Amino acid sequence: MKQQIIDSKANPNATGEADDCLFEYLHAELVNYVLSKSSNAEGEEELSRLEWMGFSVGYRIIERLTREWSRFKDELDMIKFICTDFWSSLYHKQIDNLRTNHHGVYVLQDNAFRLLDKVGTSNSKQYLKESPRLLAFTCGLLRGSLANLGIISTVTAETTTLPSCKFHVQVQKI
Amino acid sequence: MSRTGTKLDAKKVNSELFTLTYGALVAQLIKDYENVEDVNKQLERMGYNIGIRLIEDFLARTGSGRCYDFRDTAEKIQSGFKIFLGITPSITNWSPAGDEFSLCFETNPLTEFVELPDNCSNLKYCNILTGVLRGACEMVQMEIACWFVQDQLKNDNITELRVKFVKRLEDAIPAGED
Repeated sequence: MKQQIIDSKANPNATGEADDCLFEYLHAELVNYVLSKSSNAEGEEELSRLEWMGFSVGYRIIERLTREWSRFKDELDMIKFICTDFWSSLYHKQIDNLRTNHHGVYVLQDNAFRLLDKVGTSNSKQYLKESPRLLAFTCGLLRGSLANLGIISTVTAETTTLPSCKFHVQVQKI
Repeated sequence: MSRTGTKLDAKKVNSELFTLTYGALVAQLIKDYENVEDVNKQLERMGYNIGIRLIEDFLARTGSGRCYDFRDTAEKIQSGFKIFLGITPSITNWSPAGDEFSLCFETNPLTEFVELPDNCSNLKYCNILTGVLRGACEMVQMEIACWFVQDQLKNDNITELRVKFVKRLEDAIPAGED
C-alpha cells in the first residue's frame, strides 16, 4: 500500500501539480500566523482572519470546480455536491453523514477529517481545545463556496471527539 | 445519481487548493503589514517553518542519504521540487568555486492565477520557497542563502532562484560531554 503511494508521486506525467502534504503544511503555517496576530486578551482565540482566508479560497475554487458542471437543481443538490465531489477532491473522502431539517439547516459530519486526522491518537481528548483553530479555515471555505453558488450562510464547526467533526451550515433566507 | 459533467481530478484540485490558499495568505499579509519588505520577511519565515518539516517527508519518501557535494545537493533540491510541486527547475549558472547555482523555473504552480498590482513591485511573491530551502537544508546540517534574481511576475522571461552554500553546520556537542 505504502509503495503504491510512492509510485503515484513519482509519476512523471504529473507536471505542475502540488503534492497533498504541502497544503497541510501551509495550513499549519496559516494557523500559526493567525494565532500570532490575535490578541489573546480574553483567552478567546481570534480566528476571523483564518475564516476570511478560507472564504476567499472557497469563493474562487468552487468557480473552477463547477466550470464544466451542469446546473444544480436546487439548494440540496448543491449541498450534495459539496458533500461528495467537492469534499473528496479537497479532503480525500466524502462527508460521512448529511442531515437537514429542510428549512435551511444542514449538518455535515466527517468522521475522519483530514486536518484533524493526524492530531493525537483517535478518540483522544488531548487536543480538543485546540481543534477550532484547525477548523476555521474550512468553515470559511464552505461559506465561500456556497456564497459563490448563491447561498448566503453561516458555517460553524463542532468537535466532540477527534478526528470527527460536524459542520453546521445555516442558510440565510433573503 | 449520474452527472453529465466531468469527474473532478483530485490531484489537480489539490494543487489549486494549495495555490489559492497561498494567494489568500499573501493577500492577508499585505493587508496586515504596511511594508512590503515585512511581507517578504514573514513569507520567508513561514517557508522556513515548512522546510524544517518538509525535509522529513522528503527523506522518508526518497530514502536518500547525505549529499557528497553541493552538486549532489542541487540535484536533490531539484528532485524535491519534482516530488512536491511537480516541476523540474533547471540547474544552471554554477559559480567557478562550485558553491553557488541557480534554479530556473519556466512554470511555477505557486504563481498560477497571479498578477501583481503596481503597488507591490517590491513583493517577492514566491519568497516562501527561499525559506523552505533554507529550513530544509539547515536540518541536514547545511547553511545556505537563497534569493530571487529574476521573477516572471515582474516580466522576466524565467524565474531564477539563486542558492549559495554558506557553511556546514556541525553537530552541537551536548553540554559537559567534551
